[in-house]
Amino acid sequence: MSMLRLFSSRRATAPVPSPATAPIARERLQILLAHERGMRGQPDLLMRLREEILAVVSRHVVLDPDKVIVRMERGKHVSTLEVDIELPSGSENAFVPPGDDRRQPGDLRAVPAK
Amino acid sequence: MAKVLVVTSGKGGVGKTTSTAAIGAALAQAGQRVVVIDFDVGLRNLDLVMGAERRVVFDLINVVQGIAKLPQALIRDKRLDNLWLLPASQTKDKDALTEEGVGRIIKELRTNCDWILCDSPAGIERGAMLAMRHADEAIIVTNPEVSSVRDSDRIIGMLDSKTARAEKGERVEKHVLITRYDAARAARGEMITIEDILEILATPLLGIIPESQDVLRASNVGSPVTLNNPASAPARAYLDATKRLLGETVPMLVPSGRKGLMNLLLGRRAA
Repeated sequence: MSMLRLFSSRRATAPVPSPATAPIARERLQILLAHERGMRGQPDLLMRLREEILAVVSRHVVLDPDKVIVRMERGKHVSTLEVDIELPSGSENAFVPPGDDRRQPGDLRAVPAK
Repeated sequence: MAKVLVVTSGKGGVGKTTSTAAIGAALAQAGQRVVVIDFDVGLRNLDLVMGAERRVVFDLINVVQGIAKLPQALIRDKRLDNLWLLPASQTKDKDALTEEGVGRIIKELRTNCDWILCDSPAGIERGAMLAMRHADEAIIVTNPEVSSVRDSDRIIGMLDSKTARAEKGERVEKHVLITRYDAARAARGEMITIEDILEILATPLLGIIPESQDVLRASNVGSPVTLNNPASAPARAYLDATKRLLGETVPMLVPSGRKGLMNLLLGRRAA
């Protein structure tokens, strides 16, 4: 056992030591965490945006809440907000006539079958 | 009035339960009245590490649901009569743990003891949230390793936003506890340094616990390492960390390499 330990310790202090990796760890962490801290709380923001957009659009168009996708992408210089709303087919029936308050946001009753 | 201290980390396997047991026992040895609570519903282990696994009758969820009264569920330590354990449930659904129920238990305990240590489950889900919810102070257990540091950063963000104190505009006093520190690997530049961890997390250091066989030996026999072998290197590091929690100024010793006890003074004060 002690012989083995002798060998392993020799090997650990061999003339060509592997380069220290700790500085790489630090650098990677610093970059990653700077990014993640900036993103923190964003899921909530997107959720709120999605709900409000859904509420506004639903006042005029009957739509499936699952077909509303809100995405945010952060670039170095420009960030984009992407809103993707899929309207049901036969969407002339999907438009809520003005003054019609029978259908509430997210109500799918009037969506015509495919 | 008691202080509520959460022991948390985000990442699993870094030493939350070991640290809760060691510091809980050390606080009790210092004459404090201490209750340690296991929040890891379904995967309880604090009872095992503290050697009380055969004495569990009622658990945290029984108390939350009103099946047992709090004093019935508290297990008094056999070695220290001012140390109690409130075990987690091993079988119940973890949704049975409610915020209201936990709040009630913490409130009741606050009037009867000096320290309430909440051993958090890993992750950032409900159990971890409830463990930190009422905390006045937090120990963030971190290994000198990238994934652990990243998760600690995330947990620090939650302590600053999701706790009852944070919502009242008060702050939770946070401490980083570095565990499984391997001096030989640090000397070879294979391990992220303590200075780097503290700089990245921007949180004061409570202590550095060296990687040691003594930790495993203590959990094997069901005794907090601070009781099982108080002279061992990890136990001394935990005892120093506990003194810092109690407001004492203790020089920070960095565990050194194979040469043994040639400790360096880090010149950095805790908390």
